[in-house]
Amino acid sequence: MTALPALTEAKLGLVIDLDTCVGCHACVVSCKEWNTGGYGAPLGDRDAYGDTPEGAWLNRIHSYEISPENGPAEIVHFPKSCLHCDDAPCVTVCPTGASYKRSEDGIVLVDEDRCIGCGLCAWACPYGAREMDPVEKVMKKCTLCVDRIYNDNIPEEDRVPACVRTCPANARHFGDLADPESDVSQLVAARGGMDLMPALGTKPVNKYLPPRRKADRDSGTPHADRLPDAPGGFLGWLDATLDRLG
Amino acid sequence: MHPAVSIIFFTVTSGAGFGMIALLGLGFPMPEGWLAAFLVSALAGVLAVAGLISSTLHLGHPERALLAFTQWPTSWLSREGVLAVATMVAFGIYVLVWMVTGSRVLLLGIAIAALAVATIYSTAMIYGQLRTVPAWHTGLTPAVYLGFAFASALLAATAVGAATALGPLPLVVIAILAVVVAWAIKFAWWRRAETATLASIGAGTGPATGLSSLGTVRPFEPPHTGPTYLTREMVHRIGRKHARVLRIIAVVLGGAIPIGLALLGWLGLPTPLWAGLAFAAMISGLFVERWLFFAEAEHSVAAYYHPH
Repeated sequence: MTALPALTEAKLGLVIDLDTCVGCHACVVSCKEWNTGGYGAPLGDRDAYGDTPEGAWLNRIHSYEISPENGPAEIVHFPKSCLHCDDAPCVTVCPTGASYKRSEDGIVLVDEDRCIGCGLCAWACPYGAREMDPVEKVMKKCTLCVDRIYNDNIPEEDRVPACVRTCPANARHFGDLADPESDVSQLVAARGGMDLMPALGTKPVNKYLPPRRKADRDSGTPHADRLPDAPGGFLGWLDATLDRLG
Repeated sequence: MHPAVSIIFFTVTSGAGFGMIALLGLGFPMPEGWLAAFLVSALAGVLAVAGLISSTLHLGHPERALLAFTQWPTSWLSREGVLAVATMVAFGIYVLVWMVTGSRVLLLGIAIAALAVATIYSTAMIYGQLRTVPAWHTGLTPAVYLGFAFASALLAATAVGAATALGPLPLVVIAILAVVVAWAIKFAWWRRAETATLASIGAGTGPATGLSSLGTVRPFEPPHTGPTYLTREMVHRIGRKHARVLRIIAVVLGGAIPIGLALLGWLGLPTPLWAGLAFAAMISGLFVERWLFFAEAEHSVAAYYHPH
């Protein structure tokens, strides 16, 4: 049903650390691998080995260049997947009841057997978290690996979303964001975890940890400008000699 | 936003169809006889239904379309479907009574008109509800849809109708007023759209990434090397290139030519001729207007791909 639950018992979600993400795309690949064999229809591809491959992915990584007023620019890698919003606009627009948010853990899912593939939920999502499957013609989205996290048939350490399990930099964390004592909630509190596009009122469950301020950035000068004018020792002698030679 | 032909066709023709159903329900004068009743109602019904059927063409699974009638408490798309079917069923009964008895039941007609207006409103709200597309997220969007539906329906009803005036007002005057008012609303919509940017609603690249407190944020590398569903549906950019020329074409076809034809009607051109041609011109103009409505609109996902 596409009415949102008034309250969810838990708010399972991800905390993504933009400080440590190295942009390796391992989470993207592991997400595709797991979700092609798990919940729902396979994550389809068209022309997968041809000139114009295209397919449905539930997790994608953008990269941004941040230029502070003073100091060197830096690259921030930015993984983006469904934020499992408390006030999820993708759910309420759905005409068939295929899109829903679970009251027990807050996960937003698509019942693929009810999906007519109209695409309105993808238009309603501010973040581009939903993609139409090019083969099955139903809407695909992150399930928070609902078929892993409660799965008694796999080792306990694997009962987290595939992206979290895979991340070699430990930039992705999974837990209950409704519980203030949980590791993820503490991480959000300690690191100033933030919402994406808070003004749109979607109340995302997933949080992003901003990059830590680098020591160099506060000095106000890029690295290259901070070489001493007159180095001493052999290099100083060489510098002075070459200057004399013109 | 991706301008799907089926959706453009649907919103324009079903607007004209439900507008005409509303006018018929309110008692717009029509020729006597069961055949005339059948033909004018069929015109209205075909316009409305052709649009609805075309809207199912863009579905991935049209065979499950019946499920779309279930979520009307929350979904405007579902409400649109329910209201459209309710209007068509009530209109079918109205037309049967009209054909058999030759009289039009005013109370039922008024109810049908209200249903038809609610249907057009719901169609507009499918788009007007989306906060992700700031140009659409305004009460002006349903006003535009209703204005164009009424004006185009009035031209169609005049072309096949049996009157040259409603009360003291000649239909020429009413038609010109309807067309002018509809375009005035659209100009207000366009004017608002100029300032309804992604940044203005807090969906620029800064708040989209949460990184603007660290410096200027510039998209450096996208997540994929080719186009995706997201970029084709929501990061569509071709509409803005020819927007000015297309707006002029829309206004000339959809506004200036219908008004000019109405003036020729005032000078003596037969009513079916001027109104029929004006309807054809207006519908063509509205196809261009509706194409722009989609193609020009920016979605917040674009902020992740281009600096906003």
